[in-house]
Amino acid sequence: MPANGTDAKLGFYDRAYAWLNERFKIDALVEYMGDKKVPVHGHSAFYYFGGISLFLFIVQVITGILLLMYYRPGADTAYESVRFIVSNVQFGWLVRSIHSWSANLMILAVFIHMFTVYFTYAYRKPRELTWLTGIGLLGLSLMFGFSGYLLPWNELAFFATRVGTGMAGAIPVIGRDILVIMRGGEEVTGATIGRFFGLHVAILPGIFTVLLAAHLIFIQRQGMSEPLHWHDRAETDKKYQRFFPSFLLRDLLVWLIVLNVLAILAVLFPDGIGVVHWPLGTKADPFAPPPEVIRPEWYFMFAFQALKMLPAHVLFIEGELFGILVFTVGGVIWALVPFLDRKTGGQKARYYMAFGWLVLAFIIVMTVIGYVLE
Amino acid sequence: MFSRVLAVSIMIVALSLVGLPALAADNCQTCHFEFEDEDGASHKFVRDIHGQKGLGCVDCHGGDPSLDDMDEVRREKDYRGVPSHLEVPRFCARCHSDAAYMHEYNPSLPTDQLEKYKTSVHGQRLFNNRDDKVANCISCHTVHEIGDAKMPHSSTHPVNLIATCGKCHSDADYMAGYGIGTGQVDDYVVSVHGVALLERNDLGAPACNDCHGNHGAAPPGVTSLSAVCGNCHAIEAGLFNTSPHEPAFAANDFPMCETCHSNHKILKPDDSMVGTHHEAVCAECHASDDGTRAFAIAGTISEALSRLVTAHGQAGEVLSEAIEKGMMTTDEEFRFKEVDQALIQARTMVHAFDADSVLSRTGPGILKADSVRVNSAALIDEYHFRRKGLGFATLFITILVVALYIKIRRIDRGLNE
Repeated sequence: MPANGTDAKLGFYDRAYAWLNERFKIDALVEYMGDKKVPVHGHSAFYYFGGISLFLFIVQVITGILLLMYYRPGADTAYESVRFIVSNVQFGWLVRSIHSWSANLMILAVFIHMFTVYFTYAYRKPRELTWLTGIGLLGLSLMFGFSGYLLPWNELAFFATRVGTGMAGAIPVIGRDILVIMRGGEEVTGATIGRFFGLHVAILPGIFTVLLAAHLIFIQRQGMSEPLHWHDRAETDKKYQRFFPSFLLRDLLVWLIVLNVLAILAVLFPDGIGVVHWPLGTKADPFAPPPEVIRPEWYFMFAFQALKMLPAHVLFIEGELFGILVFTVGGVIWALVPFLDRKTGGQKARYYMAFGWLVLAFIIVMTVIGYVLE
Repeated sequence: MFSRVLAVSIMIVALSLVGLPALAADNCQTCHFEFEDEDGASHKFVRDIHGQKGLGCVDCHGGDPSLDDMDEVRREKDYRGVPSHLEVPRFCARCHSDAAYMHEYNPSLPTDQLEKYKTSVHGQRLFNNRDDKVANCISCHTVHEIGDAKMPHSSTHPVNLIATCGKCHSDADYMAGYGIGTGQVDDYVVSVHGVALLERNDLGAPACNDCHGNHGAAPPGVTSLSAVCGNCHAIEAGLFNTSPHEPAFAANDFPMCETCHSNHKILKPDDSMVGTHHEAVCAECHASDDGTRAFAIAGTISEALSRLVTAHGQAGEVLSEAIEKGMMTTDEEFRFKEVDQALIQARTMVHAFDADSVLSRTGPGILKADSVRVNSAALIDEYHFRRKGLGFATLFITILVVALYIKIRRIDRGLNE
C-alpha cells in the first residue's frame, strides 16, 4: 500500500484509501488489528455470539428507525399506526416482523453469550469491566423488550404491561413511586405509552450505545479470553487465527447466515410462532376483562412463573416481595462474580460453576413450567 | 351448692331460648313433614317461593298453626282448607291482587293476574262455563313448589314453559272436545325459536307466553299477528305494514306473518322462499298470468338476492384463504362485515315486497363483496410474492456466504503459506 495517493495509475479505491490513510493513519489501525489473534479451540464457536448480538442490535436500530417514520405514540394513535404499518405501508409488515424476530433472537444471543462467558470463566481478571458492561447491556436489552412490548397498544400488551409494572409496585417503600413513574400515573394509560416510547427510542438507545462502545473497546484492548486449560500449555501447542481478516470475515459470514435465518422467520412467520408471537390482535381496552391467559415475553417467563409459584407469605415477608428480593440478591451476585471468583481451580471455583448451572437450570425449568405445565 | 344452682339456671335459660322457636313453629308443617313422603306438599313447600319468603300454610289455607289437632284446626272460623279447581284463581288473588300486601314481598310483581286471567280463553271457560279442565293458576305454577319464573327449576321458566303448556296442549285425550290441535309443542321444538330456546338456551327466543300472553293467554288474531311478531321483528313488521300485501291480506283474512312463515313450526327462512319457482311461497298465490306485476317482482327480488349471495360466498372464500395464509386482513374482514350487513338488510327488505327496496341493498352489497374479493386476491398474490422474494433473497445470501467462505479459505491458505 503506497504512503500517499498521488500516483495517478492507482485505482479509485487505492487512491481513496491513500487519501484517508494520509489523514487518519489507517495503516496503523490495520496493523494493530492484524496483530490481534483469536484463540482457536473446541469452543471457539461461542466467540461468535457476541458478534451475533451486535449484528442483531444493528438490525434493531435500522428497523426501529424505519418503524419510527410511521409509528405514532398515544392511546388513540399507537394501535392504528401499527395497523397502518403492517397493512398499508410497503414492506411495513416485513420491517415490523424483522424488528420483532430480531429483538427475540438478540435476547437469545445475549443470554447464550453471557452463559458461555460465565462457564468459561472469561469474566475473570482482567475482564471484570467487560463483564459488568455486558450485564448492563443485558439489562438494557430486557428493558428494550419490556418497553417495546407495550408500544402497539393491543390487548395482550396492555394487560402484560399492567401485570409487569404491578410487580414493581411490590417493592417496599419505593415500589409505589416506581410504579407511578413507570406508568405515568396510577394506571396504564396513554401517558404510559409516551414514557415507554421515550425510553425505547431515546433513553435506552443512548445508554446502550455508550455501554456497547465501552464493551467493544474493552474487548478490542484485551482480546478474546483463552480457555483456562491453555494456561499450562506451551505456546507452540496453542492455535490462533488473526482477528483481521480471518475472524472478522468469519463473523461476517455468520452475520449473513443470521440475516438469512431472520428473513426466513420474518417472511414465514410475520406474527411469530408458538410462544414467541406478537399478533396485533385487538386494540387495548382498559375496561375490557383481561384475557384468560396473560403471559410475559418468553425471557421474563422464568421470573413471572417463579413469583407466581411462591406462597402468599414466606417467613414473615410477602411471597412476591420475597421473590423480588431473591432475584435482586441473585442478580447482584451474578453481576459481581468477577470480583468474588478470582482464583483458577479450587473448591470455590467449583461453587461458582455450580451456581451458574443452577441459575441456568432454574431459568429453563421455570420457563418450561410456565409454558407447559401451567 | 351455689354453682349447681347457677348451672341449672343457665341450663333452664338455654333450653328456654332453644325451645321458644319450637313452640312458635308451624304445627301444620311439622306434622305434615313427618307423615308425608318427599313428594308431599310440606316437603315441596321448602322449595316454594312462598315458603322461602317466610309464608306458612295458614297464609293460604287459614286455621291456627299452634293447634296440633287437625279437627280443631278445621273448626277454626278462618280455616279455608283446599280450594276446588274453580276456586283457585280467586284463592290466589286474595294476595296477588292486593297491591299493598304484595308490595311487602315483591313490589315489582304485577297484581293484575286475575283480571288478565279473566280475559284469557282459560279464564273465560273457567268462569263462564265452569270448565274445571282448563288451566288455572296451579296448572302452570304447580302447587307448593311454585318458583320465580326467572329460576331455572321453575315450571314457568322459559325453558320449562314449553313442557308446562304441553302438559295439556299435547295431550290429545285431554284436549278432545276443545277443537284445537295438539301438535303445537312438536312443531315448536323444531322451529327456529324452539331450537334457539331449548337447544341453545337462548332466553331471548320466544316461548309460548311471548306470543300468546301468559295470564291473559289467547291465540293472536289475524289482525294482531303482525303486532305479536313485530314485538321482536319490528323492522320486518314495519315494512310489511306499508307493503301492498298488508291490505290484500287483511281483505282476504290471511294471517300476516303466518301465511308465509307458518306459526308454531317457523323454520329458519332461506332465499328459496322468494321467487317464481314452484317451491317459493310467492308462487303459492302469484302466477305470471295473474294480471299483476307481483310475479315479476318476486323474480327480480329472488335474482338480486341470489347475485348478492353468490358475490358474498366468493368474497368469503377468497378472504378465508387470505386469512389462512396469515395475511393482514383486518380491513377486508371489516369490509366483509358490511357485505354481511347488506345481505341481512336485503333479506329484511324482502318484507317490503318492492324490488327497488331490495336492489338498494343488494347493489352496494355486491360492489363491496367484489371489492373484498379483489383485495383479498391481491393479498394472496402478495403472499406468493413474499415467498418468491424470500427465495431470491436466500439464493443471493447463499451465494454471498459461499463466496465469502471461498475467500476466507484462500486468505487462510495465503496466511499459512
